[in-house]
Amino acid sequence: MTLQSAKQTQSATDQQAILRPTPRQQMIVRIKMHYSLQIGASILIAMILMAIFASFLVPHDPYAQDLSNRLVDPIWGSTGTWDHPLGTDSLGRDYLSRLIYGSRIALMIGFSAMLISGVIGTILGVAAGYFGGRVDAVISFIILNRLSLPVTLVALAVVSVVGSSLEVVVVVLGLLIWDRFAVVLRSATLQVRNMEYVAAAEVLGASFPRIIFKDILPNISNHLIVVATLEMAHAILLEAALSFLGMGVQPPLPSWGLMVSEARDFMFFKPWMITVPGVALFLLVLAINLLGDGIRDVTTPEGRN
Amino acid sequence: MTQPAPLLQVNDLKTYFTIGTGGPFGSGKQTLKAVDGISFEIHAGEVLSLVGESGCGKTTVGRTLTQLEPATDGEAYFNGTEILSLPNSQFRPLRREIQMIFQDPFASLNPRLTIEQTLAEPLHIHKLAKNRKEARVLISETLQLVGLDPKVMDRYPHEFSGGQRQRIGIARVMILKPKLVIADEMVSALDVSIQAQVLNLIKDLQRDSGVSMLFISHDLGVVRHISDRVAVMYLGKIVEIGNRLEIFENPSHPYTKLLLSSIPRIKPGRTKVEDLGEPASATSPPTGCAFHPRCAIATEICRSAQPEMNELSETHVSACHNISQLLGGHA
Repeated sequence: MTLQSAKQTQSATDQQAILRPTPRQQMIVRIKMHYSLQIGASILIAMILMAIFASFLVPHDPYAQDLSNRLVDPIWGSTGTWDHPLGTDSLGRDYLSRLIYGSRIALMIGFSAMLISGVIGTILGVAAGYFGGRVDAVISFIILNRLSLPVTLVALAVVSVVGSSLEVVVVVLGLLIWDRFAVVLRSATLQVRNMEYVAAAEVLGASFPRIIFKDILPNISNHLIVVATLEMAHAILLEAALSFLGMGVQPPLPSWGLMVSEARDFMFFKPWMITVPGVALFLLVLAINLLGDGIRDVTTPEGRN
Repeated sequence: MTQPAPLLQVNDLKTYFTIGTGGPFGSGKQTLKAVDGISFEIHAGEVLSLVGESGCGKTTVGRTLTQLEPATDGEAYFNGTEILSLPNSQFRPLRREIQMIFQDPFASLNPRLTIEQTLAEPLHIHKLAKNRKEARVLISETLQLVGLDPKVMDRYPHEFSGGQRQRIGIARVMILKPKLVIADEMVSALDVSIQAQVLNLIKDLQRDSGVSMLFISHDLGVVRHISDRVAVMYLGKIVEIGNRLEIFENPSHPYTKLLLSSIPRIKPGRTKVEDLGEPASATSPPTGCAFHPRCAIATEICRSAQPEMNELSETHVSACHNISQLLGGHA
C-alpha cells in the first residue's frame, strides 16, 4: 500500500483484535445460568407443541357430546376413569381434549393480537422517537388517549356491537394493546437515535428507512422482544376475561376462558372444572412472563440475573 | 497574492437552538446562539483547526456543515455550491465529498454490524461497488490504509480497542475518497499513547490524499501538530484566525494568549495560569465583546461594542478593540 508509515505506527499489540466472547456466546452462557428463563421456555415450548399436535394427542373429539357421561370426575375423583383422565363437562365432552384444543385458541389469539399491536406500536414508537418534534407530539397525544381508555370495557363494548367471533376478538385486542410497544420503543429509539453511529449514517447519506432498518431496529430489538412476550401474555388473559364474560370466543370453541365460565355453575360441586383450565391459563401466562423477563436479563448489557 | 477559490467558503454562519418549552405551561423559550456569525475558508489540501473551550460552538460548526443541524443563517460554498440551503435529496451526492470523523469511537460504530457491513454502508449508499466481491476488495484496501489487518472484516466493533475503532471510523470516511473531512475531537476520547498513533495516521492520510480538513479540537498540543491554519472560537464567534505559527508564536487576541498559557508545560519559573472562572452563558452572552468579563485589558468600549476583525497580516486576523495596544506590547 501507499502508506508505509501508517502501518509502522500500528504497534504489534494493537494489531491483535481483543479476544472477547461475542455477544452471542455471552448470551448462551447467561441462558445456561438463568433457570427461570429455562423453565418458562420449556413450559411454553411444551404448550406450543401441544397446540400444534393437538389432533394427535386428544383422546376424544373435543366437540363430541355424550350426555350419558356428564360431569364425570377426573381420575383422582370417585367416578374417574382412564377413558376421561380429566373428566367430562356438563355436556359430556372430554375435558382433557378440550383443554388441549384450548391451547390452540389461547396461543393463536395471543400471538395474532401481539403481532397486530406490535406492528402498530412499533411504527408509532419508532416514528415518534426518530422524527421527534411535531411527529412526537402528535404520537404522544395518541398514546395518551389510548392509555386513558379502559381496555376491557372498550373491548366489551366493541365486541357487543360488532358481534363476537375469534377474528373480532383478535382484531379488537390487537388494536387496543399497542400502547406498551409504542411507549417503550419510543424511548428506546430516542436513546439509539442520539448515538453517534446514527449521525455517522446520516453524514454518509443514508436514507431514513435505511437508518431505521440498519441502525435503529437492530439496536432496539431486545426491548421489542421483551414487550412482545409481555403483550402476548396480556392478550391471552384479556381473551380469557372476554370469553368468561361471554363476549369473547363463542361456544362450542374450547377456549380456556370459556371453560372457566361454563364451569362457574358447578364450581362448588365440581371444583376441578374451574381449576383445570385456570391452572392451564396460569401456567401459560407464567411461562411467557418468565421467558420475557429472562430475555430481558440475558440481553441487557449489564446482564442482571 | 492570488489564491485559487477556496474549497469551502463559510460566510457569517449562524446556528441557533431554541431551548426550553414555550406555551402557558412551559418554562419559557430561550435562544442559544451556539454559532453566531462565523466566516472562514478552507483551501484544497489544507488543515484548518477550530479550537476553543467546551461549549464554544466548535462542534456545532461541524454538525451544521454536514446538515446534522439546520443553519439559522449564513452561507457555505463548497466548490462553488451553496450547501446549507440544499434540500436533502440534492445534498446527498455531495455528502460523499464532505465526511465526518466522530469523537467517541465507542458510540460511532453500530454494534450490530460487522466491520465489513459498517464499511460497506458508504459503498452501498453511494453505489461505489457493483457486488460484494468488489466491495470486499475496496474494504480490505482501505483497512490496510488505516493500518488494520483486512482479516478483521468479519468481526464486531466490541472486539476492538478505542484506537482500533477510531481507525475503522477513519476507514469509513476514507473509503469514499472525500474532499473535505470534518474531524470532531477525533482523538480526545483516546489514551495519549494511542492519540499520537491515530494523529500520525490521519496526518499521513491527509498528506497523501490531499484531502482538506476541518480539525475541531480543544487540545492545543494536538492542534499544533496537525494544522496549517488555526481559528480560535469563543462563545460562537471566531476571535482570531491565522497560520499555525502566527497563532502559536505571535498570538494577538487576549483569549488566544489565555488558551496558550493554559497548555501544561514543564518549565521552571513559569507563572500560574490565571483562573478566570467559567465562560459566560451562550443563552445570554455579555454585551459588546463576549470575552470582556474575563479579559485583563478590557476597556469601556469592550463592554458596549462588538469588535471588528483587524487584519494583522494577509493571513492573520484578530477581533479585539485594543489590538493596537497589544501589538505595541509585542513589537
